[in-house]
Amino acid sequence: MKNFKLKKLLLSSLVGAALFSSALSAEELRLLTWGGYAPDDVIELFKKETGIDVKVTKSNNEDMISKLRATGGSGFDLVQPSQDRVTGAQENYDIYKPMDLSKIKAESFIASMLEATKTNTTLNGDVYSVPHIWGTSGLVVNTAAAKDVKDYTDLCSADLSGKVSYRLKRPTLIGFAFAMGEDPFAAYSDVEKYTELMSKVEAKLVECKPVVKTYWTGGDALLNLLRSGEVTASMAWDTGGWKLNKENKDITFVAPTSGALGWIDTFTLPRKTKNEEAAYKWINFVMQPEIAAQITASAGNFTASEGADAFADDVLKAQFQASFPKEALDNVKWYPPVPAGLEAIEGKVLDRVKAAK
Amino acid sequence: MKAQSRLFFYLLLTPFFLWLLLLVILPHIDMLGIALREQTAPRQYAFSFSNFSEFFKEPLYWRTFLRTAIMSIVATALTLLIAFPVSYYIAKMLRGRSKSLLFLLCLIPFWVSELVRTYGWMILLRETGVISNALQWLGLVSGPVELLYNDAAIMVGLVYTSMLFMVVPLVTVLESLSDDIIEASYDLGGNMWTTMKNIVIPHAMPGIVSGCIIVFMMTLGNYLTPNLLGGKDSLWFTEQIYTQFITRFNWELGSAFGILLLLLSSLIVWLGLKLTKQTLTSTMAS
Repeated sequence: MKNFKLKKLLLSSLVGAALFSSALSAEELRLLTWGGYAPDDVIELFKKETGIDVKVTKSNNEDMISKLRATGGSGFDLVQPSQDRVTGAQENYDIYKPMDLSKIKAESFIASMLEATKTNTTLNGDVYSVPHIWGTSGLVVNTAAAKDVKDYTDLCSADLSGKVSYRLKRPTLIGFAFAMGEDPFAAYSDVEKYTELMSKVEAKLVECKPVVKTYWTGGDALLNLLRSGEVTASMAWDTGGWKLNKENKDITFVAPTSGALGWIDTFTLPRKTKNEEAAYKWINFVMQPEIAAQITASAGNFTASEGADAFADDVLKAQFQASFPKEALDNVKWYPPVPAGLEAIEGKVLDRVKAAK
Repeated sequence: MKAQSRLFFYLLLTPFFLWLLLLVILPHIDMLGIALREQTAPRQYAFSFSNFSEFFKEPLYWRTFLRTAIMSIVATALTLLIAFPVSYYIAKMLRGRSKSLLFLLCLIPFWVSELVRTYGWMILLRETGVISNALQWLGLVSGPVELLYNDAAIMVGLVYTSMLFMVVPLVTVLESLSDDIIEASYDLGGNMWTTMKNIVIPHAMPGIVSGCIIVFMMTLGNYLTPNLLGGKDSLWFTEQIYTQFITRFNWELGSAFGILLLLLSSLIVWLGLKLTKQTLTSTMAS
């Protein structure tokens, strides 16, 4: 009897909570995204036009997948993982929902980019994502102090001892592999070959370890290290380099000779999205050229919006052209979809590098 | 009347039991379930002990645990060494306002979050930081010195973070020691050291042990301090659990590590209690 009462109480309070929260989210878009991708002024314009409130949660690739995995794909209405992390996560954890492309204004996207993303995020015939923002990672260098750094492996040079920082994450492994003359992307599908390749990279990173000052974990911490001059050569995103370039002309983003690593962040629907209509409205809204340019100004990276270039900030455009002459742009290595299970191989390599003396 | 007071008692206890059941016991059972399975194919799982055997087979993992445990024990010992004289001074030497003032001074750093305190240490210790600049200004060193990103920096951060949790139980237990007994010890020919060894420390033992348990558990489970202050070699077991869960998507191994951390740390605490001949109930009573 007592037990029954307790259950009833629990149940009714749960139902109450559910009703309360659904009433609140009636016209709300819960967006899981990266810092800078949904600036306040754009959110305000969107609300004026549609009456929908956008609730932003800032995140990164791994965190997005973990959050959605924990809830089975609920809690958010629209997410923005990179295109290479969509199909693997979908295959393993079933957290996304196929996109209804008829609801998207295809003409507002740069056609080649839309096609590439659609191909890369197709699983069992369903398309899961459309592109939003793209950029690269490569080297952020203080050219006055470390002018010889041109490629990832130059970060091992003994002259730079104690002045180097990079992350212990997968882009570092991929970048070093390319600089060592290998093609990690071609080995993605072959577990044995990839493991072998990664152990070569591991040996190189262990060899380079004495030169490293610290392995950075947060973008802001790295920017501080570069700003104070404690670090003069690092591996980071292009925007970080351009941001520092505005404060100090010597520091800038350098596209490595073996190729910058290119990523595209997407719009993807979580499996249990509650406001799909609002998600499509938001996508079509932010892909308008003027709005896209506003987002570029806040995020520091360019979007897949057709015609947004005309509205983009001139300083950023100049910085982009300085870092990416034509051949460097052609040499960008775009991440192909990561097959499920690759993270386990890379993870052990990263752990062993960190543990090595 | 009796039945009523009994009902009242259960009502008061309900939030505690709910908290224990919903937030501690159920999640741990779930975690054990996850730890005991292995992914065989996408979305396919099978029962397996492989995650636990992985911990003992891969030297990296148990070495990380060992390193974390040893550093936590050292940090606990250092905290005790620093906190004991401080607590003795607060509890026995001072009276009235200066006593509460000093106690308050120990408390003040905890009014800001751990993150802010850790960033404070980063500002002090970094190459372009306060200490490095001061040393150069005094002419003691010729160039900038890097004090951050090593194990000593982690140790400083950990000891600083745990200080209060050692001082509070020590002050409480030392205050309960009557001054007459200390005086009697001196009257009977004891000096400072014998009094300390035979009177004060035995009396303070429950407080010492409970302080040590709290500090050890807090240090072992710390994530922020080793992560921010530690260098390129600094591995911490909680960091490993975080990586398994968040960046590797390997919940199975992460859960196994979580369970192992719970078991192994409980074992260390149990050993500590055995060695000091204390029981958990006697330390909790202090």
